[in-house]
Formats: sequence, structure tokens, C-alpha cells
Amino acid sequence: MEMFILSLTIFVLAVFVGVEVINKVPPTLHTPLMSGTNAISGIVVVGAIISSGGSEHTTVLSTVLGVAAIALATINIVAGFMVTDRMLNMFKKK
Amino acid sequence: METVINIGYLVAAVLFILGIKGMTKPKTAVRGNQMSATGMLVAIIAALLDNNVVSYEYIIIGVLIGGAIGAFIAKKVAMTDMPELVAALNGIGGGASLLVASANYLESQKLAEMGQFVPTYDWSIAVILSILIGAVTLTGSFIAVGKLKGKIGDAKQVRLFKWIVKLSLAALLAGAAYFAAVDPVNSDLLIAGLIILCLILGICLVMPIGGADMPVVVALLNSYSGLAGAAAGFVLGNNGLIITGSLVGASGIILTSIMCKAMNRSLTNVLFGGSMSESSGVSRSENDAFYEGKVKFSSADELAMLLDGAQNVVFVPGYGLAVAQAQHATRELAGMLEKQGAKVKYAIHPVAGRMPGHMNVLLAEAEVPYDQLVEMDAINPEFSQTDVAIVLGANDVVNPAAAEDPNSPIFGMPILDVHHAKTVVVVKRGLSPGFAGIPNELFIRDNSLMVAGDAKKVLQDTISALKDL
Repeated sequence: MEMFILSLTIFVLAVFVGVEVINKVPPTLHTPLMSGTNAISGIVVVGAIISSGGSEHTTVLSTVLGVAAIALATINIVAGFMVTDRMLNMFKKK
Repeated sequence: METVINIGYLVAAVLFILGIKGMTKPKTAVRGNQMSATGMLVAIIAALLDNNVVSYEYIIIGVLIGGAIGAFIAKKVAMTDMPELVAALNGIGGGASLLVASANYLESQKLAEMGQFVPTYDWSIAVILSILIGAVTLTGSFIAVGKLKGKIGDAKQVRLFKWIVKLSLAALLAGAAYFAAVDPVNSDLLIAGLIILCLILGICLVMPIGGADMPVVVALLNSYSGLAGAAAGFVLGNNGLIITGSLVGASGIILTSIMCKAMNRSLTNVLFGGSMSESSGVSRSENDAFYEGKVKFSSADELAMLLDGAQNVVFVPGYGLAVAQAQHATRELAGMLEKQGAKVKYAIHPVAGRMPGHMNVLLAEAEVPYDQLVEMDAINPEFSQTDVAIVLGANDVVNPAAAEDPNSPIFGMPILDVHHAKTVVVVKRGLSPGFAGIPNELFIRDNSLMVAGDAKKVLQDTISALKDL
């Protein structure tokens, strides 16, 4: 339970940090903000990597699910960061 | 090693925060994005160092497949399709979280057999939450993509969907309670059933929402995709995931509330109120009667003459501009007017386009300088000094009824006050109502002219007419 409370504390504080930082993003950049945070939410790849790392408590099914999760999260990361970069460079030109 | 890994996650989280902070200015945004990407790299390396990772071949396969697909999509996608892409990526992110939670459930089962894991209540709750948010985000997002593409129309049986939602929520609660209280490690069938239930729930939550409200839904699902990651973080006990997921969750929630404010609707109204045109719209004949004989039609030649003497010109782009791919023609016309000494600005309503900030991206693609893009609150006082306001494929966001007619269904919605300009030129394909399904009084005002036609064609004709003057 202690672990849970610690995690919950981190979660709540991080939400506040997020609100503070993101409130300052101008409307002009809201679309890149969305695609950029989309890429960041690909962080679940971390969980997926640990699941498909082949340690002894994994099963065939859990490895398959893990690999599929890696593929999906990587789509998110690569497409998210690349398309955000594409958009932001259009703003930068001027 | 554990310490190094956790410091790695912390560094990644800090880089994400700094990266988003970079997004607060167009100049620093590119570097911000690169910082976030670096953060991701750090997090991935940290995960690879985990002592549960003993072989790399499966990981490499997953990364190669996902990376190739992702790079292909990012290169190919047209800027007009950004809302669909972001919605699809939300869904993919939700799907990944769902899979991670399921895989972790299976592993915990094995660990429990080996006597190395004892399920706790908070673990059970986290697994259920992670499945719920992940699955709802997955199917909900793809329904949103279908609606954005116009392939899925507005649902008629709003009540039926609400009924299914209530029923599946009740079933979900019962299932979750059984899972947490009775048997958290040997409930394969129950978990499979709950996953299917949550997938259905995602469909039924988004189906009754009107196509016009998709910007709100996409922003909300963006938030869910982050929360799904945070929930997966609770399952795995991974603070890096929790911090990052909550950042994305916060971002989505802020954008959702901005969108709701811009449409003067509460989130509950958007989510459960059904399609707006369904409840408040007028019939076709009522619509025709409203405009009959009162609209002054004009032509591209007249528009050119009008613009020839104008000092202050404001373009008001709406989604119709994006559909007609008229961004470049707009930019060209604006350039000509600037050469003649006119001041040109673009008035951007918060819900112009089909997602937050979409119109800005479309105009930036056409190389419109971003300092000419003016937000609603900043441009509204300037309309009284504007000679010509050109409305390009926008409708409800310039309807003066929102400000003046308390009986109007959109009364109270913030609008661009184009009706204060000396002359308003509306370029529109026809007189069909906008998303709200109501006629627009602006079109029959004394100071407004209508040029019927496709925005791109009209602008091109105006450009050539201006050249001939």
C-alpha cells in the first residue's frame, strides 16, 4: 500500500506540473502539442520492453502481447515525434 | 543497477517537461520536440537495462515493425488529415497500454505460481483501470477517426448507446469487484470478458457524439491515452510511466476545456447531449425561407475592386478553407494586398479547423507568418476598424446570433465579431447551415456580400481580377 500512496503522490504532483507548463502553450501550437504529447505517451514502450525481454516468468502469450505492444508504442513514438517536427519546422521558417 | 535505471526514468521525465516547456514559443518548439525525443531514448535505454530483459530479438522485431510504420505515416500524412492522425495515434497508444496491462497480468500469474508475487488490492485496481482506459481509448479513437473522415455519420439511437454504456459499466463494476476481492490471479476468462466489454464501451461512448464535436473528443482521448499510460505505470510500479502519463493526461484535459469553452458547452453536454444539429437544427425549407431574397450575391471581380482600396483586411478561415485546399491561394492574395500597402491579418477562432490549433498549422504550411495569426480575443476589438473581412468557409463561429439573440441555440458561444467590419465578404459554396444546423443572420446583413463558390476558385479569380485592375 505504501508503494501505491507514493505512486499516487507522484501522479497528482505531475498532473499539476503538466497543467502549469501546458497552460502557457499558445493556441498556435496546440496541434503540434497534441501530436508531441502523443509521441510522449508512447512511453508505455518501457512496460512493453520489460514484458518481451524473455525473462523466465514470461509466457508465449505474454511475449506475443509484449511485442505487439512494442510495435504499437513505437508507431506512436516515431510518427508522433516526426510529424511534430514536420509541423514545427513550418512555423520556424518565418 | 536499479538506481541507475530509475535515475534514467527521472531524466527522461525532466526532458519531457522541458520539451513541452519549449513548445510555449514557436522559436524554441523544434528544440523542445527534440528534447522530448531524447527523453524517450533515455527511457528506452533505461528499460533495456532492466534485469528482466534477457533477450533482445523480440524487442528489435517490435521496434523495427513499429518504427517503419510510424515513419511511413509521418512522412505521408497531409496536414489536413492531422486530426485523423492524432486520433489514430491516441487509439494506438491506448491499445499499447491495454496490451502491456494484459501481458503484465499473465506474467504476474506465472510469478504467483512461482511464489514470487502476491496480488494486492491496488494492483488489481490498477490492472482493471489500465484495461478500461486503454480499451476505451483504442476503440473510441477509431470511431472518432471514422467520424472525422465522414465515414460514420451521426448516430440516431443515442438512447440505445447510453443504455449499453450504463449496462456495461454496471457489468464492469461487478466484474472488477469479483476480480479484486475473490481471485485476482486465476481469472483469465473474466479478464478477457472485461477487455471485450471495455472495447464495446469505447465504441458506445463515442458513437452518440456529433461529428462536429470531434475536436473535443480527440482532445479528451488524447488525455485518456496519457492516463492509460499512467495506469500501466501503476500496474508495473514504474514512476517514469506515471509522471509521463499524467503530463499527457493534463495536456489533453486542458485542451478539452479550451475547446468546450470555445463552443460554450459543458463537457457533459458534448459527451451525452447527442448531436447538436439533431436537437436544434432547422429544416431545409425553413433554412431557404430565412435567406430568400435577402442575400446580396457578388462576384470575384467585385471582391477585387473592394480589396483594391482596402487598408485593413482580415481573413477569417474556417474548415471550408481546408476542404477547398485554399490556404495557398489565400496566402497569395494576402501577399498582393500587402504589396499595395494594406494590413493583413488572420482571425483564428479556437475551434476553426477540426482540432485545437489545426487552422494555424494549415496556414503555416502555406507559409503565412505566425505573427499574422491573431486569436479571437485579440482581433475582436479590431473589427470595427476593418475595411474588408473575408470569411472563407466558416459559418457558426461568425454567427452574430450567438452574441445578440438569446433564443438562439448557440447563444453565448464566443464568436469572431466580423459583423462589425465595414464590409464582410462571405465566400461559401452554398447557403447550407453549419455544424449547429441553424441559418446565419450575418449573410443577410446590410454590410455583407456573398460570393458563392469554392474558396480556392474564388480566390484565384480574385487574384487575376486584381492583376487586371
